[in-house]
Amino acid sequence: MSSPTTTDRMQVTLDVWRQKRATEPGRFATYALDDVSPDMSFLEMLDVLNEKLVARGEDPIAFDHDCREGICGSCSLVIDGVPHGTEQETTTCQLHMRRFKSGAHLTIEPFRARAFPVVKDLVVDRTAFDRVIAAGGYVSVNTGSAPAANAVLVSKDAADLAMDAAACIGCGACVAACPNGAAMLFVSAKVSHLALLPQGGPERDRRVLAMVEAMDAEGFGSCTNHFECGAACPKGISVENIARLNREFLRAALKTPAVARHKSSDD
Amino acid sequence: MTTITKLDPKVPSGPLAERWTRHKFDLKLVNPANRRKFHVLVVGSGLAGASAAASLSEMGYRVTCLCIQDSPRRAHSIAAQGGINAAKNYPNDGDSVFRLFYDTIKGGDFRARESNVHRLAEISTAIIDQCVAQGVPFAREYGGLLANRSFGGAQVSRTFYARGQTGQQLLLGAYSALMRQVGLGKLTLLPRREMLELVVVDGMARGIIARNLVTGEYERHAADAVLLCTGGYGNVFYLSTNAKNCNVTASWRAHKRGAFFANPCFTQIHPTCIPVSGSHQSKLTLMSESLRNDGRVWIPKQAADARAPGSIPEDERDYYLERKYPSFGNLVPRDVASRSAKEQCDQGRGVGPSKMSVYLDFRDAIARDGEAVIRAKYGNLFQMYERITGEDPYRVPMRMYPAVHYTMGGLWVDYNLESTVPGLFVLGEANFSDHGANRLGASALMQGLADGYFVVPATIAAHIAGRKLAAVKTDHPEFAAAENAARQRIQRILSMKGQRSADSIHRELGLTLWNQCGMARSAAGLRAAVTKIRALRSEFWENLRVPGEPNELNPTLEHAGRVADFLEFAELLVTDALTREESCGGHFREEHQTPEGEAQRNDAEFCHASAWEYQGDGQPEALHKEPLAFEVVKPSTRSYK
Repeated sequence: MSSPTTTDRMQVTLDVWRQKRATEPGRFATYALDDVSPDMSFLEMLDVLNEKLVARGEDPIAFDHDCREGICGSCSLVIDGVPHGTEQETTTCQLHMRRFKSGAHLTIEPFRARAFPVVKDLVVDRTAFDRVIAAGGYVSVNTGSAPAANAVLVSKDAADLAMDAAACIGCGACVAACPNGAAMLFVSAKVSHLALLPQGGPERDRRVLAMVEAMDAEGFGSCTNHFECGAACPKGISVENIARLNREFLRAALKTPAVARHKSSDD
Repeated sequence: MTTITKLDPKVPSGPLAERWTRHKFDLKLVNPANRRKFHVLVVGSGLAGASAAASLSEMGYRVTCLCIQDSPRRAHSIAAQGGINAAKNYPNDGDSVFRLFYDTIKGGDFRARESNVHRLAEISTAIIDQCVAQGVPFAREYGGLLANRSFGGAQVSRTFYARGQTGQQLLLGAYSALMRQVGLGKLTLLPRREMLELVVVDGMARGIIARNLVTGEYERHAADAVLLCTGGYGNVFYLSTNAKNCNVTASWRAHKRGAFFANPCFTQIHPTCIPVSGSHQSKLTLMSESLRNDGRVWIPKQAADARAPGSIPEDERDYYLERKYPSFGNLVPRDVASRSAKEQCDQGRGVGPSKMSVYLDFRDAIARDGEAVIRAKYGNLFQMYERITGEDPYRVPMRMYPAVHYTMGGLWVDYNLESTVPGLFVLGEANFSDHGANRLGASALMQGLADGYFVVPATIAAHIAGRKLAAVKTDHPEFAAAENAARQRIQRILSMKGQRSADSIHRELGLTLWNQCGMARSAAGLRAAVTKIRALRSEFWENLRVPGEPNELNPTLEHAGRVADFLEFAELLVTDALTREESCGGHFREEHQTPEGEAQRNDAEFCHASAWEYQGDGQPEALHKEPLAFEVVKPSTRSYK
């Protein structure tokens, strides 16, 4: 038995963003492929194109990728204007060519946002996310000082909700989809994950204040409730987390105005 | 090839269960105020690297952590699905530290060091405590307590899990601890860096040469200790379940500077992966072992049967696992299931467009339990399968074939996890220490975190407090020499302007290893593989074409450098397989099987770890044997009939 499409070959035309480095202007270059298998993933299609470019002595297209299983968050790409393409809750690496029609003309761009400068071609610098996490996206527990695992009970509902938020892969599609280049979905997922668990309780207020401050400092925009982020998220992270982030922030700011004004440094 | 013995595993004496406690007491300590004087380099940011870097930084050491990804959170540990074992015995079903130790030793087919494995089992419970405290959202029961499930044929439920994303959640926990130290200004994080050389000064590991992958600049990093947490070498086979950037370069570079490489032929091949769909295939995707609880494995009795699976009548199907192993059926261990699938396909009875897959059929389970029950159990896996193959597994059987996904071999380490280069420690999948010839499910996460959170933070003192460490700066001639070696290699790669891409050579290497050194190995096939590997290596260094420049982000150049190291390493892997004249765990030599076709171990001659010493380019490597003493568990034969 074979799938009906296996032996068919597809033709695609690609307008791909090429940019040598951050300091040089970019442009679109057009490539045609006429032997695409519907069973290829989108990145495998780009692999095939890159092999052709290498054979011609041209510079292959740089794009981030690693696990190709939809979990590491490395892959990105805006395909025809949509981060990770139009298939719901699917990363680019899990998107397959059978979702496209033969003869399709596709535009491939990097994730674009002020806080994600282009490194080369389709590769962007997403280290702003790491700096936001470093500002407070953790529980302060040194190795060895943890209490016995079952000493603190966690309701199944809270654990499930926390897991829903913790499933974020940090790819940045939410930022790329947002007209304001906001990182609210990403930040709210981490704030929610830890605020929902008793282990995150003691640092709940300072965490949300510090992460929001870091988010602003990185140049991410503000949320104006477009919710494009939720639609683009390959892991289905709910925009309800943004509501929780707002609530957590307000609660913390009202409760500890001093902390809101002065970044705590008593570590 | 000579055989000499100069390996000291530094295993503590005394009763097995007391060794780790006693060893920790016997180890020297580093005064908290003195720790900031010592700089530790951690290469890699997966479970082992992130946990070690965070823990050492918390203790007061100055730590620099490098990773090849743009963020430490993307290391390949993130892809682990199933869970992490720990001897908590929460389900009250008879688990214990000793049982976890025993299962791991036996699962490894008696080719691991008892003392290390016992320590791993002891530490397992503290790992869960640590991860829960970090906010890892493990699955819970309604009463608020942690949930467990059974896994990988174990007879107790000791696996903790976070849906199908346990590796992701554990890594994000370790990553958050790492980023906390970065935020506090105590730890330097350098992403998009690749280690190209180990720098050895006066016989000790004192730094590395790294390449900044964005600018192409070479960086010299000096340190008092170097920790390699750089994962396994499964991508030497090209197609594996590993992430695309996984490579052997850091380990291989350290090997060429004096670190022995142990048991490279111990590779694990997982039976249930989505089969190759064409020559474009870039990597393979694992489908959880749990599917074999309800799916039945079969192939048509008749070779080259082209009918759709639904129109093949029951009496023309061969449920070969149930037929060959009536007592274990579809639940035989990974190595047995993988070999059987290969055997059937080699006989021309495989299915699918490539004829290199077997059916995993849920028809009977759906008829028995209803589609809703199957959907609740495996819905996410069925969806992933559908996305990749375009086929609906509720209607047509899944097609599966084995794929490389873990490597038990790695750099040789002693009980302190220190390699044969003093000051070079190796953690996680990169070392060889705990899984013998076959790893049990849900044990890789446990080992990575045990090494990083608890073992090395204690044992590193043996080096730092136990040896005199002269000040070494990056202007030392050894740094210049190592940097020069790295530069020359890259310049040579870029200068060839030949016809072949690194990817095409890598694919050819992978296919050779898969065919000759995969699930079944023979002396003739292995010898042929050595010849082929040498030819490919010549081809690589004469006819390679890598476009682009050295001073920019150049993924093709990065890959070419890794393929160059795979081409050298592959010969050692095959040589090790050729030398180990027995079958054990994932290493199956066709010459060494029982009359029923099962693996036949040879404890009289091969109850040892093989540790290989580099002797110079083009020279055969020297083999050192570390005898394995089984003082507590008596080696026995595994049978699944």
